[in-house]
Amino acid sequence: MTDVVMPQMGESIVEGTLTKWLKKPGEHVDRDEPLFEISTDKVDTEIPSPAAGTLSEVMVEEGKTVGINTVVARIEENGAVAAPAAAQPDASSQSPVGAGHARPEQAAPVEAAAPEPPPFVEAPASSQPTVEEPAPAEPAGPLSPLVRKLARENNLDLSRIKGTGAGGRITKQDVEGYLAQKPAAAAAEPARPPAPQPAPVAPVAATPAPLAPTHPAKTRVEPLSTMRIKIAEHMVLSKRTSAHVTTIHRVDMTAVAQMRERNKAAFQTNYGFSLTYLPFITRAAVVALRQFPLLNASLDGNNIIYHNEINIGIAVALENGLIVPVIRGADEKNVLGLQRAVVDLAARARSRQLKPDEVLGGTFSITNFGSFGSLVGTPIINQPQVAILGVGTVDKTPVVINDAIAIRSICHVSLSFDHRLIDGALADQFMSRIKQVLEGWTEEVQ
Amino acid sequence: MRNCCLRELGRIDYANALELQRRLVAERQQGLVDDQLLLVEHPHVVTLGRNGHRENLLASDEILERAGVAFHPTDRGGDITYHGPGQLVGYPILDLRQWKRDVGAYVRALEEVLIATLADFGIAAGRIPSLTGVWVQERKIAAIGVHIARWVTSHGFALNVSTDLSYFQYIVPCGLTRPVTSMAALGVRATLEDVGYVLTAHFGRVFDCELPLAAPALAGARKREPI
Repeated sequence: MTDVVMPQMGESIVEGTLTKWLKKPGEHVDRDEPLFEISTDKVDTEIPSPAAGTLSEVMVEEGKTVGINTVVARIEENGAVAAPAAAQPDASSQSPVGAGHARPEQAAPVEAAAPEPPPFVEAPASSQPTVEEPAPAEPAGPLSPLVRKLARENNLDLSRIKGTGAGGRITKQDVEGYLAQKPAAAAAEPARPPAPQPAPVAPVAATPAPLAPTHPAKTRVEPLSTMRIKIAEHMVLSKRTSAHVTTIHRVDMTAVAQMRERNKAAFQTNYGFSLTYLPFITRAAVVALRQFPLLNASLDGNNIIYHNEINIGIAVALENGLIVPVIRGADEKNVLGLQRAVVDLAARARSRQLKPDEVLGGTFSITNFGSFGSLVGTPIINQPQVAILGVGTVDKTPVVINDAIAIRSICHVSLSFDHRLIDGALADQFMSRIKQVLEGWTEEVQ
Repeated sequence: MRNCCLRELGRIDYANALELQRRLVAERQQGLVDDQLLLVEHPHVVTLGRNGHRENLLASDEILERAGVAFHPTDRGGDITYHGPGQLVGYPILDLRQWKRDVGAYVRALEEVLIATLADFGIAAGRIPSLTGVWVQERKIAAIGVHIARWVTSHGFALNVSTDLSYFQYIVPCGLTRPVTSMAALGVRATLEDVGYVLTAHFGRVFDCELPLAAPALAGARKREPI
């Protein structure tokens, strides 16, 4: 005889309401088979039987609330099998839930109470260890990593492909054959159909965006990633919102280059990262933003919002996208602090470890396309900011100084600004200030 | 630190999400997969918890059908609720044995995740003792309903981001005659992706698990007022 007790569901829980018996007295129950359900707070819990045998006695009726460890039922073992003393929701045995013995309408109440929901695919929803995507269930039988990869890359529902390999296994040839055969259908199976208003009971995969039929050899169709969609939306939104104008200044970076040369090795030794031009430019921008706060503002209808904090967004290129993490309180940091922040944010942006507030709240942005070799760019403003600074590559260039030719480190710095709020004269004053700070650099960097 | 697999499924049928949950719960119970967090949005649907009361559904089947709202009994805790576009629905599938083995603490932790997320958007939300869920003043902004089998959780929470609140007229939410609200109704314009991104971070913190953040939006694309 085994006593079944109200289990302890956590320190904070002292009682539970027995909501449903899944077995009737006299019925047989297997060990670990769901026996009853309890409700605590807004949580329903299925309690498996602690032993196999016949449910001989039920002491607590449905709807009653009892304290933990109260005996709620007794089970008469059929054999002489030793059983643990109490029902434990974490019984160590891992037999599948409701393995055929429980009355189906109670072990799986949803199926009983409502018509079977439309399945994802024809294949039975078996317990496959790897479920990459929600919609396509994998067909029975093992799949090679290559087939999985192909399916993933092409967003294929493998259950629709007939396997010709050993034991009906899907081979690479099957997938390729399917792709060649049904190019449009194959392309139109996005994992996240972006259809705005699908009918409430339409299956997920039934709302493909219509795509023109294309020849597989000449094109390849791939759905945009969420990040790509965001970037696309934001770029177009910005172009539509702001009256973009770009002004370009040539900056002599020789003083900065010398400062950088002097400190480069020490940075690597002391801090473990290199010293680049970006923190110098950021520092110069901060100084100029303090002097011209309109560049550190936002436009809200007919109001200007001046931001008291200077939070600089730094554009970071990712493998398939772009993100703009923010250096908060950038005016409180020197070149070392800025470089540290840039290195940290960029590394975590690339490993997708940024915290949400680290991409929020920027008041001005800098994009450093010079690191990819670009001389000059005309960046798009990061809304709702009103200006963005683009930094070109720093090259040794012959320039004329006092009617003599000299070799200097030259950088082209561009500013795209919102002409709704900022006029060219102000933008160029702002740029002149940046140029002045950089060309006459004296501040120590650490 | 434990891993938690994040699945952002976009708009998905309630029935399909339920099916996926069942599969993942079975796999989680067998230790075949890590903990999971499903973030979804549902088309209009009214769902009734196992111990719910059908009389809390105020509309007839015909009215629901005309409004394009499906009806679905389900096996979670709690009474009746509505899901629909603009609502961020989260289904954590966690093995609580690897967390705190505490059902009450689990529900409080879900509330904490939601409260912290709302705080990041400038909304001061909180709890009302003995009424599970997250509230702003006397209005419910997020509902919670959970099912547990062998310590593995399913179902979860529904946060009204920009939900059309008029759909709640068809039900008595959770059997409580209290008003509902949404982030949009409180003046916060945010997309489900934005909220999901913030929520994911808090989820990882509260449940002490490693999970990749949702695809982040660009800083400026967030419509947070004013910075």
